[in-house]
Amino acid sequence: MRALVLAGGLSHERDVSLRSGRRVLDALRAVGVDADLRDADASLLTHLAAVDYDAVLVAVHGGAGEDGALREVLDIAEVPYVGSTPAPCRMAWDKPTAKAIAARAGVSTPGSVVLPHAAFRELGAAAVLDRLVGHLGLPLMVKPARGGSALGCSTVTKPDELPAAMVSCFSYGEAALVEQFVTGTEVAVTVVDTGDGPHALPAVEIVPVSGVYDYTARYTAGQTEFFAPARLSDPLSAAVAEAAITTHAALGLRDLSRVDLVVDADGMVQLLEVNTSPGMTETSLLPMAVEAAGLSFGELLSELLARAASRG
Amino acid sequence: MPTPPGTAVTLDAFTDRYAQRTHGMTASEIRALFAVASRPEVVSLAGGMPNLSALPLDAVGKLMGELVQTRGAQALQYGSGQGDPHLRELICEVMALEGIAASSEDVVVTVGSQQALDLVTRVFIDPGDVVLAEAPSYVGALGTFSAYQAEVVHVAMDEHGLVPEALREAIAGVKAAGKRAKFLYTVPNFHNPAGVSLAEARRDEVLAVCQAAGLMVLEDNPYGLLGFDGPPTPAIRARGAKRGGDSDDVLYLGSFSKTFAPGLRVGWVLAPHAVREKLVLAAEAAVLCPPQLNQMLVAEYLSTQDWQGQVGAFRGMYRERRDAMLDALTQQMPAGTTWTHPAGGFYVWVTLPEGLDSKVLLPRAVTARVAFVPGTAFYADGSGRNHLRLSYCYPEPDRIREGVRRLATVLEEEVELRETFGATGPPTSLRSQSESPSPDLA
Repeated sequence: MRALVLAGGLSHERDVSLRSGRRVLDALRAVGVDADLRDADASLLTHLAAVDYDAVLVAVHGGAGEDGALREVLDIAEVPYVGSTPAPCRMAWDKPTAKAIAARAGVSTPGSVVLPHAAFRELGAAAVLDRLVGHLGLPLMVKPARGGSALGCSTVTKPDELPAAMVSCFSYGEAALVEQFVTGTEVAVTVVDTGDGPHALPAVEIVPVSGVYDYTARYTAGQTEFFAPARLSDPLSAAVAEAAITTHAALGLRDLSRVDLVVDADGMVQLLEVNTSPGMTETSLLPMAVEAAGLSFGELLSELLARAASRG
Repeated sequence: MPTPPGTAVTLDAFTDRYAQRTHGMTASEIRALFAVASRPEVVSLAGGMPNLSALPLDAVGKLMGELVQTRGAQALQYGSGQGDPHLRELICEVMALEGIAASSEDVVVTVGSQQALDLVTRVFIDPGDVVLAEAPSYVGALGTFSAYQAEVVHVAMDEHGLVPEALREAIAGVKAAGKRAKFLYTVPNFHNPAGVSLAEARRDEVLAVCQAAGLMVLEDNPYGLLGFDGPPTPAIRARGAKRGGDSDDVLYLGSFSKTFAPGLRVGWVLAPHAVREKLVLAAEAAVLCPPQLNQMLVAEYLSTQDWQGQVGAFRGMYRERRDAMLDALTQQMPAGTTWTHPAGGFYVWVTLPEGLDSKVLLPRAVTARVAFVPGTAFYADGSGRNHLRLSYCYPEPDRIREGVRRLATVLEEEVELRETFGATGPPTSLRSQSESPSPDLA
C-alpha cells in the first residue's frame, strides 16, 4: 500500500490540518503503510502524475478540503481517496444545507437563521438583529455558514453582544448562521463504514474547562475534558448513534464522517454540524472515538485506504 | 486501551503541575492564521525575517570551512560563559559606531539579544515588579516580561519616539500605586513595531527622567545601523559621555541578527561590571556558553569582510522596500488610515479608521492572501486593536505593492461592515495571548 496524506491548504484551518496530517502520517507508518505527506498546492497534480499512489487520505480542513473541490480534482486525476465524493461534501460543508437535509431525514437541529452581510446592509442591521433575537430568543450561537474549528464563532447571551459577533463571523465568511444555543451534553459521533454499512463509534463527550469549546479549548491539551464513551444512558447513546448514522446516510457520505450533536436537558438529540474531513490532531475527537472503540487509529485508516484503493 | 466509562481525559497528564506563568500558553486562533501566511500565494507583511539575499554566502561559507579546518578544536569546543574575548573586542568597535565607548570586559555575548533580554529580566525582576515600555512595544520583550511575571506599564510615543512627559507621568503613577518599577525598556532606533525613532533631543531627557527616578534604562538597539538617512544617532548608552563616561544607568543590547545573520543567534549585552558578573552566572545556568563556532564566525566576518559595506547594501535594499510600501500606502489606503514613516529598520505602524479591529479583520486579510500582525500583539494589556504592523523587510517591492493593494480592499470591506453594524465592543471570542508569528515567518 502506497498512500498520500494531503494536509495544509490555504484555508484558515491550515495549521490544524498540518497537525492532522502529521498525526495521520505517524499512525499509518506505525502500521506499515508506505505513506507520504504533502501540501495541497500548485504542484499536487504533477506529483500525483509522477508517483503511483494506491489511495489518498485528505486531511485538509476547511475550504477546498471540505467543500468538495479537492475531491473533484482527485476525481479528474483518477486517484482514489478515502471519504465522501464532492457533491455530498458540498452539502455537508454548508451548515444550513446539512441541517436542512438532516432535518428532512428526521434529525432535530436547533432553530436557526442564515443571513449574508448584504441582508443586514440592505435591510438595516439594528432592525434585523432585533427581530432575530425576537424570533430565536437568547442565548444564540453565531457561526460562519461554512467553516470549522469554531473559527469566527461566538456565543451571544445579551442582545448588545450580537453586532460584535456578526462582525467577527463575517470576517471568516460571507454568510452567518445564527442558531439557538442549546445547553446540554455536547458529543461528537464518528461514523465509519469499512464495507458493512455505516456504524457509529462511541460518542465522545466534550466538557471545555472554560465552558466554551472554542479554538483554544480545541487545540490546547488540558483545556477540555473528554469522556469517551460519553456519559449517556444506553437509550441516549443509541439515540446519538442513530442521529449520526441517519445524518451520514441522508447526506450520502462515504467511509467516514464526524457528526457533532448536543443532547438537550429534555434528552432530545440535536444536530450541530457534520464534518467530512474531521480533525485528526492530538486533541481531535475522531482518534479518541477510535481508541474508545478499542480500534487502532492507524489500522482503521489503513483499512479505509485499502477500501478506497479497491474502488480505484 | 479504551478508557473506562465515566473517566475524564484531558489529553495532558501534566495539567495540574504547570507553573503559574505558563497559564497563558495556549493555542491561538490568531497565531494559527499565520500558518497560511507562509504559503507563497500570500503576501506576508507579518514576519520580521531579515532579508539575506544580499549576503555573500560564498565568502561566509569559505570562512566557515577555514574556521573548522584551522581552528576546529577551539570552534567546536565549549567556550567562555561570557563569550569569546576576541569577539567581545570587536563588539566594542561595532558599538563605537553609535558613540559608545566600552570595555570588552563589560560585554556578555548572548544567544541573540533575545537571550540578553531574558537574562536581564531574570536578574532584575521579581513577580509583580513593573517594567515601563513604549506603547506599543516589541512583542518578544513582552513575552519575556510576562514569563517573569512582570507588570508592563506602557508609555506613550509620538512621531519622535517616547514622550518624556508621558514617562514622568507613568513613573509617578507607578509610585502612587505603591509599586516598584525596575527599568524602562526602549527600542530607540527604528522601533519595532512603531517605525519611529527617539529624537536626539529627547535622549538626554529620557535618561535624566529615569536617573532621577532611580530607574535603569534597557536600551535595545538591533536596528541602529539600518538608518536610511545619514549616520546613526548616538545611543542613549553614549549620552553620559559628555559627563566623562558612558552612563552606567543604561544596559545596552545589541545583535548581529540584522547586520549579519539571525540564524547564528549572536547578540550581546553591555552592562556595568557588577551586573555583568550576575549576567554571566545567569547565562551559564541557562546555556553554559554561547555557541563558540558561531561567535568565531562572526569575529572572522567582522575582521576579514567589508561588513559595513554589506550593511550599506542591506540599507539600500530595505530603503527600496520602505519606499515601495509608503508609496503604496499613500496610493491605496482608505480615508482615515494613517501610518508612520520609518527612516530605517523594518516596520510601518498603521492606525486604522475609527472602529476597525485589526484582530477581527485578520481572517478576512488571510482570505484575501495578505497577512499582517494585529496591533494587540504589541501591548501587554490587550489594547492596540485599531493598529497593525506591516513589515517591508522581506518581500520584493512588487509584492509589497500587491500586498498593500490587497490590504486596502480588505480595509474597505471592513469599513463597510462596520458601517452596517455600527460601533461594537470586542468580540467574546479570541481569548488567547500569543498573537505574534513565529520567528521563521517571512
